[in-house]
Amino acid sequence: MFKYLLPVILFFVLCGFLFVGLYKDPSKVDSPLIGKHVPIFSLPKLMNKEEVFSEKEFFGKVSLLNVWGTWCFACKQEHPVLLELAKQNIAPIYGLNYKDDSVQAKTYLRDFGNPFAGNASDLEGRVAIDWGVYGAPETFVIDKKGIIRHKHIGPLTMKDLQEEIIPLIKQLKNEAS
Amino acid sequence: MIPEIGHFALVLALCLAIVQTIVPILGAQTQNAQWMSVAKPVARGHFLFLLISYVCLTYSFIESDFSVLYVANNANTALPLQYKISAVWGAHEGSLLLWVLMLGAWTFAVTVFSRSLPNDMVARVIGVMGFVSVGFILFTLLTSSPFERIFPAPLEGRDLNPLLQDPGLVIHPPMLYMGYVGFSVAFAFAIAALLGGKLDSAWARWSRPWATFAWVFLTIGITLGSWWAYHELGWGGWWFWDPVENASFMPWLVGTALIHSLAVTEKRSSFKNWTVLLAILAFSLSLLGTFLVRSGVLVSVHAFATDPARGVYILLFLAVVIGGSLLLYAFRAPKIKSIGQFDLVSRETALLLNNVLLLVAMFTILVGTLYPLFLDALNAGKISVGPPYFNAVFVPLMLPLVLVVGIGPFLRWKKATLAQTLKKLVKILVIGIVIGVALPLMIAGKTTILVALGITLGGWSIFSALYYLFKNLFRGEIKQSALQHLKKIPRATYGMSLAHIGIGIFVIGVTFVNAFQEEKEVPIQVGEKVELAGYEFRFNGVKEVQGPNYSSKQASVDVYKNNQQVATLHPEKRKYLVQQSPMTEAGIDSGFLRDVYVALGEQINPQAWGMRLYYKPFVQWIWLGAALMALGGLLAALDRRYRLKLKREKVVEEKVSDKAAAVTAS
Repeated sequence: MFKYLLPVILFFVLCGFLFVGLYKDPSKVDSPLIGKHVPIFSLPKLMNKEEVFSEKEFFGKVSLLNVWGTWCFACKQEHPVLLELAKQNIAPIYGLNYKDDSVQAKTYLRDFGNPFAGNASDLEGRVAIDWGVYGAPETFVIDKKGIIRHKHIGPLTMKDLQEEIIPLIKQLKNEAS
Repeated sequence: MIPEIGHFALVLALCLAIVQTIVPILGAQTQNAQWMSVAKPVARGHFLFLLISYVCLTYSFIESDFSVLYVANNANTALPLQYKISAVWGAHEGSLLLWVLMLGAWTFAVTVFSRSLPNDMVARVIGVMGFVSVGFILFTLLTSSPFERIFPAPLEGRDLNPLLQDPGLVIHPPMLYMGYVGFSVAFAFAIAALLGGKLDSAWARWSRPWATFAWVFLTIGITLGSWWAYHELGWGGWWFWDPVENASFMPWLVGTALIHSLAVTEKRSSFKNWTVLLAILAFSLSLLGTFLVRSGVLVSVHAFATDPARGVYILLFLAVVIGGSLLLYAFRAPKIKSIGQFDLVSRETALLLNNVLLLVAMFTILVGTLYPLFLDALNAGKISVGPPYFNAVFVPLMLPLVLVVGIGPFLRWKKATLAQTLKKLVKILVIGIVIGVALPLMIAGKTTILVALGITLGGWSIFSALYYLFKNLFRGEIKQSALQHLKKIPRATYGMSLAHIGIGIFVIGVTFVNAFQEEKEVPIQVGEKVELAGYEFRFNGVKEVQGPNYSSKQASVDVYKNNQQVATLHPEKRKYLVQQSPMTEAGIDSGFLRDVYVALGEQINPQAWGMRLYYKPFVQWIWLGAALMALGGLLAALDRRYRLKLKREKVVEEKVSDKAAAVTAS
């Protein structure tokens, strides 16, 4: 009898998961880093290996960090959205070029537009671990004190920009530093 | 007025669906002939009202009636007519209406083509389909009515999502839905058989053409979707292992297992429980696919409306339909005995292997698709599973499957000798290996072991199917002319061979594209030439083009091979005016052996543009193979024995009624 009941049992277990899943937004993550200072790191800049990109870049202004790579299909989809945000010039977007080939990354930015105010080159993905990155693309919003206030997983859409990211940036800009 | 008529017709369809569920099934359980006879007329009325409802919504779109919220959100006066019609299924509410319309259409088809079936069977099948329809119409009416009005009406609509304004996408969703919903017939037959307690080979023969038809539609739907992604997304890919793609692929895999397993149940009375379970599973996965796409539990490039209330409803409905049928299965299955015995080496074993491999493949995809959700539900963090996982688990499962595809048809039912069969097939294997080694070297001038393996398997599948046809052609003494002989082979045999040839062509296409495609992302000056894979691309510049509801930057690129022009391509970057979203239209020169594909990037300076160039060898073979599979399925479903049976029964019926008439006359 158990043999025949197995399909229905498996199915209801699956239903349980689906039910819990309904109340979770897959693109929203309660990152343990939210409300904390950006992790301390130092990486070479993508455009100039001699220069150093560190957590200090995030102090004193509202900024974004976008984790990306040329190998990542969703990042390519997200690219026009980032360009649009950069065009509005309300907050600098920094890039964390994640496990990528630097030459390819540079060519890519040259050919398809560069929304980034600066890029850190994380070849081995060590710093990304400190940031709690699950995969690319991910976008962090950081306030003037260098505290991570928001994390978006997956490609940003125009709707995300208008309804979430831009209002948040504006709100953070009004906060005292 | 018209939208209200549509809404009202939908409510009437719901009422009829409720009657269609209750009366015939009760009639069948109590053997009440009158109650059972309600099934057909009610099912037809149900379809009629769904059709009226659907036509009303379409009319509102054609008339650009923006007082209807759904129309205002998904159309625009500048939208061309064909896209106004297809915009009906451009978002959640309308595609649900299309879903139920198709369910109504399949039920209607059952009422027309079921004359040879016993009355209680027909009554139960139609009743079960009525129940599914009740669930979906209620869902539409309660959570997502497309007929809702807004006041004041906006002057202009927000336009159809530009991604969906493509000829491929006009027919992709209807085909996909026809497939999804089509499995409801095989499902209804399975439930009817479980309810009636009679599961025999006749049941399998009745279900078989229905399951095959649904499978054909699903195959076409998935193929069109992949074709669309290739043309419209602008990255040259044809399959992304996206959750929405997976949601359509899982029922396809189970459906494939089902149509093979039905063959065993029909011919050998074996695998009965297994086949019933597959029929339930195929439709369950179609429903699950609907849930995954509609509820927003997964992240996908195909973002649709997300709303937990809708999700809860579909989940409840899933629990009732799938949970109920699996429970019914658990109670009835132990009593069902499979009669046919078979040896380890037999066609049954080959088909069992086919079933197991397909199901394992389905489960790996299910796990990969839902894994992020499982982890999240357990609060273990979020993660995304990408193409590397799917390719790593899926490909190794498909290799032995293609091997079995070549051997299976040659094995005899019940008991076969492997040595004999293999002796027959040795030459085919040799042909396969020769092709596998030679073809990549001839075409690409290089090869790897994996490429050789892939092409060998593809060639093996094609030539063993051809050989099977050839053997059937010259079996026994040739007394008739060749043409008569060709006609004598049943369509099912042609269908099977064609589908298996399709698999081979598909495998060759995938192998070539994955191994030998080349791509380049380059900035290119007007007048400059760029070389890729032996082709030269000359950029002639970009001009502005106005479409009906978009403005476009259209590039012109001449493609040369050996200094001879082979094509002029026009990749575009469109900006749709209402939604302000950029869209890529790739410029593609398709050929039998290769595609040349150009997508336009960003403008770098007045004279230079970023451009993506792709060389895709054999990529058309992927869709050609899939199309042959669908065609093969169609031939098999149209096999004469299903219709002969029908005619014979009709003659008997007429004779009986003649007799009855004679009796009454005298």
